[in-house]
Amino acid sequence: MKPKLSNPSQKKSITFELTKPMTKQILNPDTWVDRYSDYLFNYAVTRVNDAEIAKDLVQETFFAGLKSAKNFKGDAAERTWLISILKRKVIDHYRKINSQKAKSMVRITPNRDTENEGNFIEQQVADPDSLLENSEIENKELGNAIHECINKLPKKQALAFTLKTINGLSTEEVCKELNINPSNLWVIIHRARTVLMDCLNTNWFKI
Amino acid sequence: MRNCKKAELICTKIQYKEATILEKIQIRIHLILCRTCRIFVKKNSKLTSLCDQANLKALPAEEKEKMKKILSERQ
Repeated sequence: MKPKLSNPSQKKSITFELTKPMTKQILNPDTWVDRYSDYLFNYAVTRVNDAEIAKDLVQETFFAGLKSAKNFKGDAAERTWLISILKRKVIDHYRKINSQKAKSMVRITPNRDTENEGNFIEQQVADPDSLLENSEIENKELGNAIHECINKLPKKQALAFTLKTINGLSTEEVCKELNINPSNLWVIIHRARTVLMDCLNTNWFKI
Repeated sequence: MRNCKKAELICTKIQYKEATILEKIQIRIHLILCRTCRIFVKKNSKLTSLCDQANLKALPAEEKEKMKKILSERQ
């Protein structure tokens, strides 16, 4: 009993807001691969620059997620929680290769992929005329934005769009995979694209 | 309008370079007359270039299947 509260309706609304997201967040490990693997993979691959390593990191993330599923309190969204695990995994990965480097006394290039990354010292110097750094960051953000929008799509549309656009499969292959006919596929992709255009509209569409 | 829906569908096909010649001619004629669809075409190609620019990567389907298998074994 709390008779001190002046406005009972206010209290009601607050508790409603608090409890609503909490009850919503439950882990469904069965759906993880379908729903988040692309998003996590994209996140990892932009940070480690190697598809194989990124794949392993994503897999480790799922394992770690399963392992500590009982510690999941349910106050964050599933995806946010998985991303935070992946972040740790990426940091661990860099720690590991750095300690390997230290053993062989090579400390000047912390990045393994020197071709794409350039020298560490060179990266520190700001080149006022260069738009390269900016565009790289922008592309990362753009990738995240697109993935976020794809995650909002209905499952079938998201799958069709990813297979066709990102994996670059032919129409026949996608139709086989989803068990639909081509004209159906085009309608699904068209709907997905329309939603994506609206979703990205505010930030990225400046024609 | 039925024509606009058809034009939008063709436009989506063009984004993947899979429209037939007949469809391309049809959409050309429609675009002369329809301003809304001209804007749609612009937006649609912008989406394609954004997707290219972001250099999106996804795991191949067989890798996902493998992961699913391993995950379900561990559960």
